Amino acid sequence: MTPTASPALLELRDITVRYGGFTAVDHVSFSLPRGGALGIVGESGAGKSTLARVAAGLVAPAGGQVVLDGQTLAPIRRTREQRRRIQMVFQNPDSTLNPSHSIYRILSEGMVLHHTLETNGVKPSREAITQRCLELLHMVGLGEDAHDILHRHPQAFSGGQRQRIAIARALGVKPDVLIADEPTSALDVSVQHEILDLLAQMRHTQGLSLMLITHDLGVANALCDCIMVMRGGTSVVQKSTEQFFADPGPQYAKDLLTAARSVSIAPNMRG
Amino acid sequence: MSAIISVKNLGIHATASGRALVDGISFDVHPGETVGLVGESGSGKSLTLRAIMGLLPEGVTLTDTESITVAEQKRLAMIFQDPVSSLDPLTGVVKQVAEVLRYNQHMNRHEARVQAADLLISLGLPQSLRTADRYPGQLSGGQCQRVGIAIALATKPNILLCDEPTTALDVTVQLQILDLLADLRQRLGLTMLFVTHNLGVAAHVCDRLIVMQHGHIVETGPTTAVLHHPQQEYTRRLVSAILPIPGEQHR
Repeated sequence: MTPTASPALLELRDITVRYGGFTAVDHVSFSLPRGGALGIVGESGAGKSTLARVAAGLVAPAGGQVVLDGQTLAPIRRTREQRRRIQMVFQNPDSTLNPSHSIYRILSEGMVLHHTLETNGVKPSREAITQRCLELLHMVGLGEDAHDILHRHPQAFSGGQRQRIAIARALGVKPDVLIADEPTSALDVSVQHEILDLLAQMRHTQGLSLMLITHDLGVANALCDCIMVMRGGTSVVQKSTEQFFADPGPQYAKDLLTAARSVSIAPNMRG
Repeated sequence: MSAIISVKNLGIHATASGRALVDGISFDVHPGETVGLVGESGSGKSLTLRAIMGLLPEGVTLTDTESITVAEQKRLAMIFQDPVSSLDPLTGVVKQVAEVLRYNQHMNRHEARVQAADLLISLGLPQSLRTADRYPGQLSGGQCQRVGIAIALATKPNILLCDEPTTALDVTVQLQILDLLADLRQRLGLTMLFVTHNLGVAAHVCDRLIVMQHGHIVETGPTTAVLHHPQQEYTRRLVSAILPIPGEQHR
C-alpha cells in the first residue's frame, strides 16, 4: 500500500497459503492504518477470502506474519484478547447464526466470553447484558422492537436483518478491525445500500478499521480508501481508491475495471 | 407487429397456502426484441419466466393455464443461472449437446457429435473438443455457461429465455457471455426474455424493461427511459441503489 503517515494497525507481511500443492495466496503483504478501510477485490479463486481468513486467524499460512499493533500474532492459536480485536462478518448470515439460539444468546455469547462488560473482574448482571444487546441492536438500525427481537430466532428475520445481527455480534466485543467477506453479495441491492451505510457509519462512530472483501468495484469504491486487486493468489496492485479509478495500473486491473464499467449504469443514465 | 409471447393476467400461487406469488400480470414480447424482467428476490420474475417455459417448480400452481400464449411454430429454449449444476456432471459436454441434436433433429450418432463439437467451438470452447470430450467439472464456470447456451441453441429456438445467466459468473466472464448473447441474437434473429436482478446487466442487453415487485409489474418502458426517467418510486430506488464506478464513460 502507499505509505501513510498513520502507523499500521494491522499488517500482513509476505503471506503465503498452500492447500496441498496449490498456492492460494502467494507472498502478499499489506498494511491497514487505524481507522482505514482497505478493499480487497478480485474474481473467484483470487485468494481474497483465504487472505481474510489468515488475518482473522482461521487459516494458518505456510509463510509470513500477521502483525497487530506491532505485535506478531500466532497463526491460529491466538489469545482471547487478540481474537477479540479482529472480528469477521461473512457473506451468508444464515450459515453463521445458530438457528436454535435466540438473538439474545447470539449477541451475548461473545461479550460474555470476552469479558467485554466486566469491570475489575466483576461479572455483568443479566440486566447489563440485556442493556448492551439493546444498544447494539439500536446501533445496527434494529432499535424498534429491540426487546422483542432479543427473544426471537434467526429464521424470523430477513437476510438484511440477519446480516445486521451478525454485524451487531461482531461489534459487541468492541473489535479494532472488522473483516467483512462479501457482506452484501447475498442481499438485494436496496438492502445492500443499508448494510454498506451501516459499515461506513460504524467505521466513523466506533473508530473501526475495515478490511472488506468484495468482487464488486462499486462496493469497494463506496466504502474503502484503499484498494488491492488480487489475482491467482497474488497482489496485482495496491492504490488509494482515487488513484485506482484514475489509473488502475497493470493490464489485469484495467480489464477488471473495463468489464465492471461496461455492465454498470453510467452517471448520466441515472434518474 | 403481433406478439411472439403474450401474457395475459398471469397468476401463480403457492399451492399449499394459496398465497399469490405472481398476481395478474400482462405483457407482450414482440419478435426480435430483448425484454428484461427485473426486480429483487421474491418479485416473481423467475417464476414468470419458468411459467412461460412450462417449468414451474413444485409447490406452485398456475392460476389459469390459458394466460400464456406463444405464437405458433415458435420454439422456446432456456438458459439457467447456475451453469455447472444445470449440466450432467457424469457426461462429457459434447455428448450432452449431441444428445439434444439427436433427439431434436434426428441426427445419427456420428453426425450429432460432429455438429455438437462445431457448435461448442463456434461458441468459444477449445478446438480440442473435436477429438477429446470433457466433463463439466473440467471446464470453468464461463465455459459451462457456453455449453448451456449450446444446448439451448441445439433446439434451433426462436425465443431464448435467460434466467440470470451471468449472476454466478465473474465480471470479466460476465461481459464475454453478454457479448456472446448479443452476437447470437443478431445472427440468429432471436427474441429474448431476460431475467436479472442487475440493472447494469439489463441496461447492457435489453431494449425494454419490465420492473417487478411482489408479483406485480411496477413499471415498463424502453430501457433508457426507465433508467433515465423512472416514473415510480420503487424503480427510482432500484436505480439509485446501483453503486457507481468512478470514471465511467458517458454512454
